[in-house]
Amino acid sequence: MLKKRIIPVQLLLDGRLVKTKRFRDFRDVGDPVKSSAVYNSQNADEIIFLNIAREHRSIDMLRVVIEKVSEVSFMPMAMGGGISSADDAAELIRTGADKIVVNSAAYRDKELITATAARFGAQAVVVSIDARWDPAFNRYLLFSDCGRLQETPTLEQHVRDVIAAGAGEIMIQSIDRDGTMEGYDVELVRRVKAVSTIPVIACGGSGNYEHLREVFAETDVSAVACGSLFNFSDSNPIRAKAFLTNHGLSFKVV
Amino acid sequence: MPTDPLIGILKMPMGNLRSAYNAVYQNGFDSQFVDKDSNLDDLTHLIVPGVGNFRAVMAHLEEDGGADRVRAFATSGRPVLGVCAGMQLLAERGTEGGDTPGLGLVHGAIERLPEDPGHILPHVGWSPVRFRFNHPVLEGVKPGRDFYFVHSYALRGAREDEFLGETTYGVPFASIVARDNVIGFQFHPEKSQGNGLKLIENFCLWDGRC
Repeated sequence: MLKKRIIPVQLLLDGRLVKTKRFRDFRDVGDPVKSSAVYNSQNADEIIFLNIAREHRSIDMLRVVIEKVSEVSFMPMAMGGGISSADDAAELIRTGADKIVVNSAAYRDKELITATAARFGAQAVVVSIDARWDPAFNRYLLFSDCGRLQETPTLEQHVRDVIAAGAGEIMIQSIDRDGTMEGYDVELVRRVKAVSTIPVIACGGSGNYEHLREVFAETDVSAVACGSLFNFSDSNPIRAKAFLTNHGLSFKVV
Repeated sequence: MPTDPLIGILKMPMGNLRSAYNAVYQNGFDSQFVDKDSNLDDLTHLIVPGVGNFRAVMAHLEEDGGADRVRAFATSGRPVLGVCAGMQLLAERGTEGGDTPGLGLVHGAIERLPEDPGHILPHVGWSPVRFRFNHPVLEGVKPGRDFYFVHSYALRGAREDEFLGETTYGVPFASIVARDNVIGFQFHPEKSQGNGLKLIENFCLWDGRC
C-alpha cells in the first residue's frame, strides 16, 4: 500500500503567513520560514505554499520565500499562486520548488501544464481546484482567481481535462470549509477520486485528527492538506500520524 | 590533523543545485560550485547533483571536459557522491535518450523501470531503503527508513559487492551503489529530512575508505 501523506498548507500574503476563513478574513499566523523549519522537524511529508495576494499577481514573493525556506526545510515543497506562464513554473523549480501548483491557469492555459510536465515530469505539476457547493442546483461550482471568478466546466470535466493535459496530482479544496475546522467536504473529495487516475490531495476544513481519519477512510485520498489544524492548535504532523497509524494507515518511517 | 572538508558541487546545465548546497551547509561544511574553469585540487569531496536527461547531461559533461575531471577526481581516491540523476551518471551506460556511455565509476546500466497500473512512472514519494551491507556513509542511519524518490530510470544489474541499498518499486533496484571511494543515492538525501541530512554529513566526513 502506498504511504499516505500529511501536508501543511501555508498561505502567503506580502511575505507573511496568513490563514483565511472561506477565502476571506485573513489572520496573520506568523513567519513562513520559521514555521517551515518547525514542520521539517515534525517530519511533515511535504509543504505547499500558496500566494493569495489578489493584486499584482506574480511569482516574485514565492521566489524570495522558497530561497529562504530551502535553507531550513529539507523535504519536497510545492509553490503556487500567481504562476502565469511555463517560464514562471520553470523559474520556481530552478529556485528550489519541487512542484508547482496552478489553479486559474489550469482553466485558461492547459499548455502551461503540458509544457511543465514535459520538462520536469508530471509529478512537478499539481492542479489545485477550488469548489463550492451550490445548494440551488445540487452541484459543485468551480472558482478561480482566489475564489472570485466562477468557471464553466463541471468538476468531473475539469478533473479529466487537467489530467489529459499532463497534471501529476490534484488538490481539491472546499471553499465552504476553508478555515472552518469543521471537517473535510468528504463528498467533494469522493467525486474527484471517482474520476481521477492520479493522486488526490484533500484540502479545506481539517480541525482535528478525526477529520483526517474520516477523509482517508471514506475516500482513500492520497494526502491531506492542513492549514488551521496546525496553525491554531497544538496539533502537529507527528501526533496526527501517531493517531492515524492506530487506525491502520501507513506513513513514511523516519 | 586532516584538513577541513571542502565539498565541491558540480554545476549542471539545468536544475536546482541550491538544495544540495543548503544540505551541506546545514551540516556545518563549506562547499563551492565547480565548473569547467574551477580548480579541483583544493576540494576534499565532490557531489554530482541530480538533473535531467542522461544523454543530454553526459553530452554536456563530455563536451566541457567535466566527465574526465570527475573520473580523475575519483581516481585520486577522494570521495565522490552522485545524487539521483547524478548517481545514474556514475554507471557504465544509460538508456534514457538513447544508449549512452556513462562515467563508468560503478558497474551496471541505467534502464527505465517497468511500468504497470500499480507502478506508474515516475516513481515519486517516500520509499524504504534496505541496506545490504555496512558502509561508513550509512553509519547511524537505521535500515528500512523512507527516503524521497523522483525517478523513472534506475540502476539495474549492479554488481553484488556494489549493491549497497535496495528499494522495490514493482521490481527491486539499486537505490544506493558504492564502489571504493564512490557512492550514489537514487533518492534525494537533501529532500529526506533528518535521515537524508545524516547521510550527507557522513559523506562529508568520509575518507573514501570502506
